[in-house]
Amino acid sequence: MTTMRERFYRLAADALEDDPRVAMVFAEIGVAEMPRHPRLFNVGIREQLMIGVAAGLALEGMRPVVHSYTPFVVERPYEQIKLDLGHQDLGAVLVSTGASYDAANSGRTHQAPEDVAALSALPGWTIHVPGHPDELERLFTRSLAGDDRVYIRMSQETNDAPFHGDGVVVLREGSGLFVLAVGPTLGETLAATGDLDVTVAYLATPRPFPDAALREALRGTDVVLVEPYLAGTSAGEVSRALRDRPHRLLALGVPNAEFRHYGTPAEHRRAHGLDARGIRAAVVEFAASTRRL
Amino acid sequence: MTTLGHGDLPELLTLLIGDEKHDRSSLSTLDVLWVLYDRVLGEDDRFLLSKGHGPAAYYAVLAAKGLIRVEDLPRFGAFDSRLGHHPDRVLVPGVEISSGSLGHGLPIAVGAALTGRRVFCLVGDGELDEGSNWEAVQWAGRIGLAALTAIVVDNHSSTYHWPGGVEKRFELEGWTSARADGRDHDVLERALAARANAAPHVVVAEVLR
Repeated sequence: MTTMRERFYRLAADALEDDPRVAMVFAEIGVAEMPRHPRLFNVGIREQLMIGVAAGLALEGMRPVVHSYTPFVVERPYEQIKLDLGHQDLGAVLVSTGASYDAANSGRTHQAPEDVAALSALPGWTIHVPGHPDELERLFTRSLAGDDRVYIRMSQETNDAPFHGDGVVVLREGSGLFVLAVGPTLGETLAATGDLDVTVAYLATPRPFPDAALREALRGTDVVLVEPYLAGTSAGEVSRALRDRPHRLLALGVPNAEFRHYGTPAEHRRAHGLDARGIRAAVVEFAASTRRL
Repeated sequence: MTTLGHGDLPELLTLLIGDEKHDRSSLSTLDVLWVLYDRVLGEDDRFLLSKGHGPAAYYAVLAAKGLIRVEDLPRFGAFDSRLGHHPDRVLVPGVEISSGSLGHGLPIAVGAALTGRRVFCLVGDGELDEGSNWEAVQWAGRIGLAALTAIVVDNHSSTYHWPGGVEKRFELEGWTSARADGRDHDVLERALAARANAAPHVVVAEVLR
């Protein structure tokens, strides 16, 4: 199966051919994967310029697509994202590669599990966390047609199958906890809960958070949120969605800590408790604790 | 709206910032802005004010040219005024970018100029301390982005200065350059026109502090 990243380069090349409004702004990363095109702009290793150029293109009515490694898309030019896009009220599609601990052996410099939390702190962003290359295709294609601000977080981790519903998609009904898996955490979450009497639901677009869909789908009072990035990134959103209902929340994700290990993504997943075993242990413990209350 | 002349600018500035001695940072740009709006900018051109500090001169020129209303000027900086101490393009039609944080205008100008649009961007010599400008200067020069003109209003406000002249740094990256007296309208106009066809152009407009 092709990776999300491979699929993105093909979609991006097609979009340049098909839609004269589309322009790509890259900063070296990914350029070698793309055919040359007059609207594919490589600004060199200059990420502040990458966002500024995208804003200037949007000012002229273009639909800019920006692409780089996650820390260099979201963190290095954060003020440009805030001002050149948000404050100017201009749109762009930012597509990152290298999610959370995808680059496990590269260390902290190439990891940005805080990406979704950081962008969530700015108004007006739609954030997609596809769990499968087919979902990426649907969400990217749809994003090109708009003129809003969109962040698409691609990952090496993928689920076995795509799920294309918008909002909260219930995949398994149970009578216990409500487990909401975001993007590529779904596979491990399904494996973790196969023999547990819980509801498992899926979410690929955490911003804007689908308050109404969660309220509608939720059975019971206890929610486990499984996110592939910084733990608790959407805890506030769940809390807001359920503000007038008694509820309990366990938010799983990548811990907010300097994690000085290399190795493989699988090793990081295990260390963060985001593999099936870790998720299962957390869910079982949470279920037991809520029953004690 | 009727348009006003250069001689009306002091009165417009008084509406904005009162009769006290005008803040110098807001006035260093006054003549450059006047020359741009009075003689240089065409209907399809864009002007991006990157140096958003002290925008009184900018608002005065926009008002003189009928792009904003004179009656809005006295409410400069008030809670529900459209005219803030840093301009906001969403609030003010005629203002092409919101600015205030330094080093953002030139990269945006590069992006706009990539579409072939003639774009003029005003920066300050102190603003050029910000590294983001140099990402834009380097790349625009190297790709020969001829649709782009930068105007550096040089009132020698950069603490560490630009030894040899700031335009040397632009030239090294492939820009053409001209230096002009930032108060002399004819000289400024000629400096803005003195350009090659295959390179971005910078005009350093020198203004005494």
